[in-house]
Amino acid sequence: MTYEELIFFVVAAVTVAGALGVVLARNVVHSALFLILALLAVAGVFILLSAEFLAIVQVLIYGGAVTMLILFAMMLTRVDDTPQAMDGPQRPFAALAAGAFLGISILAIVSTDWPGETERITVVPFEDFGRALFRTWAVPFEIASLVLLVALIGAIIIARGEEGE
Amino acid sequence: MIPINDFLVLGAILFSLGIYGVLARRSAVLILMSVELMLQAVSINFIAFAVYLSPAQFSGLIFAVFVITIAAAEVGLALAIILRIYRNRATANVDEVDVLKW
Repeated sequence: MTYEELIFFVVAAVTVAGALGVVLARNVVHSALFLILALLAVAGVFILLSAEFLAIVQVLIYGGAVTMLILFAMMLTRVDDTPQAMDGPQRPFAALAAGAFLGISILAIVSTDWPGETERITVVPFEDFGRALFRTWAVPFEIASLVLLVALIGAIIIARGEEGE
Repeated sequence: MIPINDFLVLGAILFSLGIYGVLARRSAVLILMSVELMLQAVSINFIAFAVYLSPAQFSGLIFAVFVITIAAAEVGLALAIILRIYRNRATANVDEVDVLKW
């Protein structure tokens, strides 16, 4: 086992542990803290995939903004964290569905013959990435910024409350 | 080097944990966090496919950027809706918000 694989397995284990914490923790704030752990570990996975820019974006947007937003929402909604209030009676069904999905997708992954290189990463130069984003993908990029603007205004209007009604 | 299957299996594990969370949890905030896990799994798959299988086009990398953008917009809107529901009905549990289920 090369040291690169070793690092991957450590990062992957932290990711899965964080994700398990998110879905199994008995306390909502612990759940949110596990989410931060999982998101930062996913940033590590991005670095192993040689997508450093996305790793930085991940830390900034998810590690910073999204988790802060979720923690604030928890403060404002005062989630009841007794065991019954956390999980519904549908837990066994949920575990069955998730397990079935995992089994089927792992089966599909190992039995598929991927076209092209499957053992080695080809690093995409950051210059090419930026050029493609602002030239080939310029229209989707502008639409994404419009979506963000609409979401921002919508969130303010929905959360602001009754005033005009 | 790490084979692509390792990344895809990690993505599958994350996605199924997200499915479990979405189905088992009752609080809307916790469901939203599980959805975030599923989006992360999708991003990992997109980037893995881009850097292994088609590094010449790398559309997957671009898609991952859009996934992150849409996820940020989605979290903002969803939390605003959850706050509004909580203000009107004093609960954020999805199975108690059933006014449309007559």
